[in-house]
Amino acid sequence: MKWIGIALLAGSLLVPPLFAGDFYVNLASQILIAAIFALSLNLLVGFGGMTSLGHASYLGVAAYICALLTSRYGLGHGTAAVLSIAGTTAMAAFFGLIALRASGLGFLMITLALSQVLWGLAYRMSNVTNGDNGIAGLTRPAPFGISLDSPISFYWFALIVAAFAFVMMAIFVSSAFGSSLKGVRDQPRRMAALGFNPWLIRWITFVYAGFWGGVSGLLYVYYHKYIHPTSLSTTSSAEALLGVIAGGSGTLGGPAVGAALVLLLKNYVSAYLERWNMLLGLVFLFIVLVMPTGIVPGVSSLTARLRGGPR
Amino acid sequence: MIVSTSGYALEVVNLKKAFGGLAVTQNVSLSIRPGERRLIIGPNGAGKTTLFNQISGDMRPNSGAIRLFDLDITRLPPYKRAHLGLSRTYQIITLFAGDTIEHNVTLGLLGLRPARWQMWRPLSFYGNMVAEARRTLDAVGLLQLATHPISDIAYGERRRVELAMALAQKPRVLLLDEPLAGLSNTERSTVKSLIASIPRETTIIMIEHDMDTALDLAETVTLLNYGRVIVDGERDAVIADERTREVYLGT
Amino acid sequence: MQFWIIQGLNSLSLGGLLFLLSSGFSLIFGLMRLANLTHGAFFMLGTYFAATAMRAYDGLNIWVAAVGAGIAVAVIGGLFERLVLTRLKTNPLGQVLVTLGMSFIISDACLMFWGGDSIPVPTPQNLQSPTRILGFVFPTYRLVLVGCAIAAAILLYFLIERTRLGAMIRAGVDDRQMARAVGIPVSNLFTLVFCLGAGIAGAGGVLGGPILSAYPGLDADMLPLALIVVILGGIGSLLGAFVGSFIIGIIYTFGTALFPELAYIILFLPMIFVIAFRPQGLFGRVGA
Repeated sequence: MKWIGIALLAGSLLVPPLFAGDFYVNLASQILIAAIFALSLNLLVGFGGMTSLGHASYLGVAAYICALLTSRYGLGHGTAAVLSIAGTTAMAAFFGLIALRASGLGFLMITLALSQVLWGLAYRMSNVTNGDNGIAGLTRPAPFGISLDSPISFYWFALIVAAFAFVMMAIFVSSAFGSSLKGVRDQPRRMAALGFNPWLIRWITFVYAGFWGGVSGLLYVYYHKYIHPTSLSTTSSAEALLGVIAGGSGTLGGPAVGAALVLLLKNYVSAYLERWNMLLGLVFLFIVLVMPTGIVPGVSSLTARLRGGPR
Repeated sequence: MIVSTSGYALEVVNLKKAFGGLAVTQNVSLSIRPGERRLIIGPNGAGKTTLFNQISGDMRPNSGAIRLFDLDITRLPPYKRAHLGLSRTYQIITLFAGDTIEHNVTLGLLGLRPARWQMWRPLSFYGNMVAEARRTLDAVGLLQLATHPISDIAYGERRRVELAMALAQKPRVLLLDEPLAGLSNTERSTVKSLIASIPRETTIIMIEHDMDTALDLAETVTLLNYGRVIVDGERDAVIADERTREVYLGT
Repeated sequence: MQFWIIQGLNSLSLGGLLFLLSSGFSLIFGLMRLANLTHGAFFMLGTYFAATAMRAYDGLNIWVAAVGAGIAVAVIGGLFERLVLTRLKTNPLGQVLVTLGMSFIISDACLMFWGGDSIPVPTPQNLQSPTRILGFVFPTYRLVLVGCAIAAAILLYFLIERTRLGAMIRAGVDDRQMARAVGIPVSNLFTLVFCLGAGIAGAGGVLGGPILSAYPGLDADMLPLALIVVILGGIGSLLGAFVGSFIIGIIYTFGTALFPELAYIILFLPMIFVIAFRPQGLFGRVGA
């Protein structure tokens, strides 16, 4: 059963570049970017038990640093990418020190407040960030001289990065450290009594999640060739969180599915309505009230039931 | 075995703890020798678990000191105390419900090893550690259930898993918080013989609220009431002591 | 000198507004252990209400508008609490997420209904002429705002500390299980407190209208300020919300005036300081 699923997945990932038109290829690229972002958030939410409402900080900051370094300071893409990720990871390390003084709702509030501060800065510091106008006219990198300007070539690039990100995060989560993390999520006091350092385990995870959030930010700014303060907004963090919860935070791949669904919904809705935020809010209410464990666990329990026998 | 200069495995010196106006630990002092089997008894609310919480580091005392083999651990966080050889079980079972028994005990072993920081290899890679977890399970008679999830097994068996986790680390001082609570008679005798078979390298301090059940496991007894030490000494002497009867008849 | 006085008064009036905003948030968090992310939207609803009502009924008394908006928002809050929040008693994270969802719904509804332009709220006519004190000229309305905040603080203090209802609230804050065990109707209390918090925010929105104007995004601007006030002042502490509001009012006003681009970082700093050295806030209890 598992192999059928994997084959289907591989197949569906290959469909866009081989068969679909530009619009769908671009949509698929966006889905991959959203998937990496959601997976990085799930390191915190699902595996670490730390719900953050400020994850957009890492996407946005990486995107802005890259945008500024390439457009204003004329740095090459390779250097800009390294510096962006380094800067974002350093910021995650710093934010982690602050946010992890609390847990649960306090942690949530601090991550929200921190990301709102960044969002406000992006708007206000117009001579640096261009404020509400955003930074436009950006370019995509050309790794090994290969241009990423066409939708199909960008898609392959995004797919390679997404696959790499997925594998790295899967290894992290299944490692001995990952077991410690899940233990701290479930029984922090017991883990401390056994010799684990709960704070340090959480902080390392926080930094790693920020790192991958930054990677998704780079892909984001390469794709759009534009960055605006809304990418740092609570709405952006909330969309990722919705993706995580809708897809199922307990599984590795669930958040990717959830992120894809949220993105598809957003695209579909934007074509017909202007009321995306309201719909996002309603979907939040729906998911939390009706399907709190998410879609992927729901579907897998459904298929188990359909195949007969007890769950 | 490590010999300390003071000769004590665990010392509690003039420990005081109060919540607002309520004093829960009032000038408690204990001296426990290596290899001793100490039972701490007292009625409900006497402050036994609070005392344990301060020894394990889950709570900070207001004043006083705690020494583990002469090392002052009063300010150390719980995880550091674990690395110094302190281990404890809890009154309310706090196991990892979604995981197998084997995984639970393996986690117990992982806590003191550098492998816990390994971000690349899974736990299954550490064959030695998993084998040792299975050996520990065998010692408590649960090896046949190793691959069962915790949620599947009976309460008495969970107590044994908890004990296994605490013992796996071969602690120097083991704190057992009401290890016999809620067990049936057969389960109780199984757990009691387990505790009795723990080697002398491990010093045992046990809390039991019901005096009769644990008495034969104890060599020395400390009676607490209202956060104070009332009687302290060899088991038979404490049982015979008038003050002990006063405390329990008054309950 | 005039600059410092004016900014000083602006700080105090902003502080007063922040108190009206964050006192409700702090109450809700303290009793229900719920970080109500809809709170900024409740405030904004009040401001939009004022914008419409005051322009439609020229000469409408702002106090009437405040009470009216307070009641309307309290009702909306109450319905939300009863229909949605109570179903999520066992899912505290879910509760926070639905308040977030609700804030999106309300803010988008406001955008849909009132459009994207900023709508100024007229200052009440009888409070438009400036006041003279010691030779300095002060905008009267701002003075009145400070007075309102102080009055609200006193009323809330009496409610919490001196009434039976307040005693029940305090019992619920300290130990919910125990309160239920002694017969305090905790669920009804929750609804009441949520309505009260929402209502104060709505009334605060009306009173803030003349200074802030109603605009899309007002909720997103106000919510983080409420968060920072509560983080600074301590969760569940009314005194903390009061002191925190004025501290943030001062920092934000002077910060924006002196270093406009860095105002947000300046807000950031006391929050970091408090979290680093006193995570329970200035007046909060450890382990809140």
